Amino acid sequence: MKNCEYQQIDPRALSVSPLSAQSHTEKKDQRPRRKWEVFPGKNRFFCDGRLILARQSGVLPLTLGLIVVTCGLFFAFDCPFLVKHLTVFIPVIGAALFVFVVISLLRTSFTDPGILPRATPDEAADIERQIDTSGSSTYRPPPRTKEILINQQVVKLKYCFTCKMFRPPRTSHCSLCDNCVERFDHHCPWVGNCVGKRNYRFFYSFIISLSFLTSFIFGCVIAHITLRSQAGKSLVQAIQESPASVVELVICFFSIWSILGLSGFHTYLVASNLTTNEDIKGSWSGKRGSEESGNPYSYNNIITNCCVTLCGPVPPSLIDRRGFVPPDEVIPAASSASEMELPHFSAKNDVNMCTQSTKDVLERMVNSGSQTLCSPGTPKTTPLVQELPGTAAPSPEPPPSAGCPGLLDSRCPFFSRSSEKDSLHSINPAFRLASPSPSLTRTAVTLNGAADVGFMPLHPGSARDEAP
Amino acid sequence: MAETHSLQDLRQQAAVAAKVFIQRDYTNGTLCQFQTKFPSELETRIDKQQFEETVRTLNNLYAEAEKLGSQSYIEGCLACLTAYTIFLCMETHYEKVLKKIAKYIQEQNDKVYAPRGLLLTDPIERGLRVIEITIFEDRSLTQ
Repeated sequence: MKNCEYQQIDPRALSVSPLSAQSHTEKKDQRPRRKWEVFPGKNRFFCDGRLILARQSGVLPLTLGLIVVTCGLFFAFDCPFLVKHLTVFIPVIGAALFVFVVISLLRTSFTDPGILPRATPDEAADIERQIDTSGSSTYRPPPRTKEILINQQVVKLKYCFTCKMFRPPRTSHCSLCDNCVERFDHHCPWVGNCVGKRNYRFFYSFIISLSFLTSFIFGCVIAHITLRSQAGKSLVQAIQESPASVVELVICFFSIWSILGLSGFHTYLVASNLTTNEDIKGSWSGKRGSEESGNPYSYNNIITNCCVTLCGPVPPSLIDRRGFVPPDEVIPAASSASEMELPHFSAKNDVNMCTQSTKDVLERMVNSGSQTLCSPGTPKTTPLVQELPGTAAPSPEPPPSAGCPGLLDSRCPFFSRSSEKDSLHSINPAFRLASPSPSLTRTAVTLNGAADVGFMPLHPGSARDEAP
Repeated sequence: MAETHSLQDLRQQAAVAAKVFIQRDYTNGTLCQFQTKFPSELETRIDKQQFEETVRTLNNLYAEAEKLGSQSYIEGCLACLTAYTIFLCMETHYEKVLKKIAKYIQEQNDKVYAPRGLLLTDPIERGLRVIEITIFEDRSLTQ
């Protein structure tokens, strides 16, 4: 495996301290990581990426607690009486509703709402090229918009600076989760997640079933107290006998107003194929009275709108949480991209040790012979390393494979992933001739079929600090 | 291997010259459709008809995935009734079509694009935002 000659330098002879600082990341880096571990948004993941939640879970525990406590009290204190005096179906219906509510709630909370993955650096560069940014003197350019026609209506697409792309229509960036979410409705603190395209139907079924549940419990508790006080006792006495019922009454009373109102509001939204976001902003209301500014997404038929929103097809999660990070993939817009980079195989350990050992030599070389660094894009390796004959001219392109890490692994013993900025520079033809800064950076290796691999000098732990 | 390369060779040996991004086409709403406009960077590499044919087929496949028909409604209602637990064992129609799309792209890459030094990336890997076409350097084809 070790083709590089500089492995003769014993890394243990050097100071250990730079390595120990890295040992933490190295240990983590030795196993292939899943994409959820390097996800740039503010989300939390459970069950190895299967479940996703916003970082601020809001009052989800409170929501769950209220539901569980109220139903628990209901089953414990009201049901025995009601079963005896009314019918056995009461706890059955109650249980069914309770289960449905909890499942809907959990599904809403733990489902990816339709998060759009951030643009890759290449995409971002391509979009930047297409945007005319001439003459902008302010530090932050003005909001970029693009106008398109949807169903003969003009819709403005906004550019998202965080995700580095033009947001598709109906997409909005949630500041709490730091993600662009498709068909963004709102960020619900009760549910602890954004409500978007993929989990709107769960949210809707949650609030509808919750309205039924609260109404049902409310009705049953009223019936319970009424029946008790009818049997010759006063109301106060009946309440004293069953104090839990009062707690349930209070909770249900306050919930019903809000939940029923919310259900009604969302039923209206579903029927007119609107999102809360659009409704609040008044995107399609008759603000411009003379113009025909209806909702371009509506099918103008209530049934169709309902069917589309609630029963329509839904794409799988676009962020692919459980996929593995391929070795040549760059992490878009991650703030600590350099720390998260990793190769796909275990020789990273050796690579790091080698780099530390060559770093001193290379720095000396850089200071003395900077002309070798000015060749198109490639800082040359030290004389210790056997140079690859074909890599003299081209810049160090990252390996072209978008999905072929296995092949690269078998051919290339020493392989380091490029930083996002490097790939941006090496792929973008406009940047290809610019030499990288003499500070040693991680660059990928180009294979051209030769057995030996030229090793590019590394500077582990530092990302290139360039503004996009 | 004088004139054409297999996909495997391309991935191993070639260096990336440029990437072209085919953006989404929103004229029909939020459905997943891609623009069929032929990018100028591909003029020297591939036939315009061939390219448009590929994009059009992809658009049709995505339209099929998002089609609102009785099948999708039945699937949706069934899922609702089983409290959405049915998707633990069943694949949605959308996912089935996505698999078809992946196969189609693989086949197009093998037959049409790789011999010309191009590589299509499945849009799902880019969040259904773009079709990324990687253009490999000419020199690798003339080695």
